[in-house]
Amino acid sequence: MTTELITTQEPEAGAAPASGARQVWRRLRARKSALAAAAVLGLLVLLALGAPLLAALEGQDANSYHDTLVDSARGGVPLGSFGGIGAEHWLGVEPGTGRDLFVRLLFGARVSLLVGVGATLVQVLLGLAVGLAAALGGRAVESALGHLTDVMVAMPLLVFAIALMAVVPADFPRPVLLVVAIGLLNWGGMARLVRAQALGLTKLDFVSAARLTGASRRRVARRELLPSLAAPVITYAAVLLPANIVIEASMSFLGVGVKPPTPSWGQMLSTATTWFRADPMYVLLPALMLFVTTLAFTVLGDGLRTALDPRQASRLGVGRKRRTTRTSGARTRTSGAGGTA
Amino acid sequence: MTGYFLRRALGALAVVLVLSAVVYATFYIAPGDPARLACGPRCNPEQIRQVREQLSLNDPVYVQYWHFLQGIVSGHDYSTGTGVLHCQAPCFGLSYQNDQQVTDLIVQRLPATASLATGAMVVWLLLGTGTGLLSALRRGGLTERVLTWLTLAGTATPVFISGLGLLMLFCAYLEWLPFPTYVPLGDDPEQWAWNMLLPWLALGLLESAKYARLTRSSMLETLAEDHIRTFRAYGATERSLIARHALRGAVAPVVALTAADFGSMFGNAMLTEMMFGLPGIGQLLVNATRTIDLPVVVAVVMVTGTAVVIANIVADLLYAAADRRVVLR
Repeated sequence: MTTELITTQEPEAGAAPASGARQVWRRLRARKSALAAAAVLGLLVLLALGAPLLAALEGQDANSYHDTLVDSARGGVPLGSFGGIGAEHWLGVEPGTGRDLFVRLLFGARVSLLVGVGATLVQVLLGLAVGLAAALGGRAVESALGHLTDVMVAMPLLVFAIALMAVVPADFPRPVLLVVAIGLLNWGGMARLVRAQALGLTKLDFVSAARLTGASRRRVARRELLPSLAAPVITYAAVLLPANIVIEASMSFLGVGVKPPTPSWGQMLSTATTWFRADPMYVLLPALMLFVTTLAFTVLGDGLRTALDPRQASRLGVGRKRRTTRTSGARTRTSGAGGTA
Repeated sequence: MTGYFLRRALGALAVVLVLSAVVYATFYIAPGDPARLACGPRCNPEQIRQVREQLSLNDPVYVQYWHFLQGIVSGHDYSTGTGVLHCQAPCFGLSYQNDQQVTDLIVQRLPATASLATGAMVVWLLLGTGTGLLSALRRGGLTERVLTWLTLAGTATPVFISGLGLLMLFCAYLEWLPFPTYVPLGDDPEQWAWNMLLPWLALGLLESAKYARLTRSSMLETLAEDHIRTFRAYGATERSLIARHALRGAVAPVVALTAADFGSMFGNAMLTEMMFGLPGIGQLLVNATRTIDLPVVVAVVMVTGTAVVIANIVADLLYAAADRRVVLR
């Protein structure tokens, strides 16, 4: 903490101090689960970015129908074992249409990651703006924003997001719409976090000092508060990201997400409900992709959390020797062996 | 207490009013002509003009909104050309699709959603608090490690994946259960329960992961508190310590979450309904969104929003009831 306080005074505020970043990386590297998760996600990002290349390598594309590869007598079940896996179609074909599953899964990853990351960015920006305004603004601003945040946190996000899809014109690009809808509806938690953290920080000497030297609120927010907010904000963003990916998949599952023929994992899973008997591969593949992605983000988020703030115990129970509380870290649990029965 | 309740009720009313205004504005002023939507794709301009008249779309927006609110409080009369259709309070208007009263549509869908939610709640409260307590009390062992990873995987699984998994396991391979079809409780309680079993499990398992994690951390926190240490120093046995003193404090946040988390629970219930084809409110909303049936969409959003606001007040009351140290102000 002390190093953080000192480094925030340096001119290049905004960027994480080099020594701090290196420290975080060292702590993160020490955790195998977080490293494995990062590797999985790195691979996924590469696959998503290289989707057109890989599709060319396989010699297939996302939207060509292959009638010859499905058994029309049995309602369109792919011919061959395991959903038609083979040299031509590496992960088989979609039942009914015979579209190549490998390419569709890759392009589905693009949608998931794009919407997940995009929506998280919107949430971080909105959360920072509202949270900082509430922490630094006057009493009226704080109260109004506080109420707004409470309402946003409580509202059933999925219901609202789905409802929004009804009013936006059909020709509006869906991935962008999903980013905006999820981002606009789910920033409440971030705003709460930022406000609470910023309020705590404003009581510290270095912020008072900055204020006494005549720094404006905007300057205090940008140069004194933002650098110290980076750790909790990144940690919470890592929680939001997999949640956003699941929301996108959910909406596509419900048929109100990305529009066909754009591939999406959620949409594949929704057609899979009719195919799970005849072609289990078609269920397993997108389910596995989605599950692995969200799990990897969750595990990485947990690792980041402990790496950014070692006082907090990991939720995974790794590093249990250090007996600390789960909460803000203000109260350290030192009750000894008696505490655990 | 009365003062507190009154203040919260007024606050809730204000929130619902603001919500209704925002929702109304979003859905009726946003792009797209309500009259055209209400009338359907094969309407000629003359018919659209009639619909505009009937829905009083030519009035200023605030007048329309006022009529909308009036309808909820005291009902509304619609002219059908030949006669008058009375829509009883609370009236959310008529569905564009089949001219049915939106309130009726929602009431018809309530039993399925309520069946799903109550059964799943039993599953997740038992399973969630159970595993949470177990993992808190077996701290440091293999049990805790396994449980933490299981609950982590649970929070990362969307309900349509756990639901599909259960379907594949119990309906396709083991063939123990029928593919769920909704049977109303009043028709045949036994069939109702058998058919709801998978949806309950799918939704319950998923939510229980969240509750397990909360119970665990809340139990650990309570066990570290001063009064527990004092009891232990007085020589209370570990069993009575946990059962009589720690449990109460640990369960308070869980009880509160049950009520406060209503919104996200509703979202997952909606997915479960679609997954298993249950005719609930979630299905109503999704279908209405696909057909752009605005009155239905607006009504479902408002009803769930109001339910969430009420659930939040209930959450605070329950929290205070479970943890006496909390004072309602």
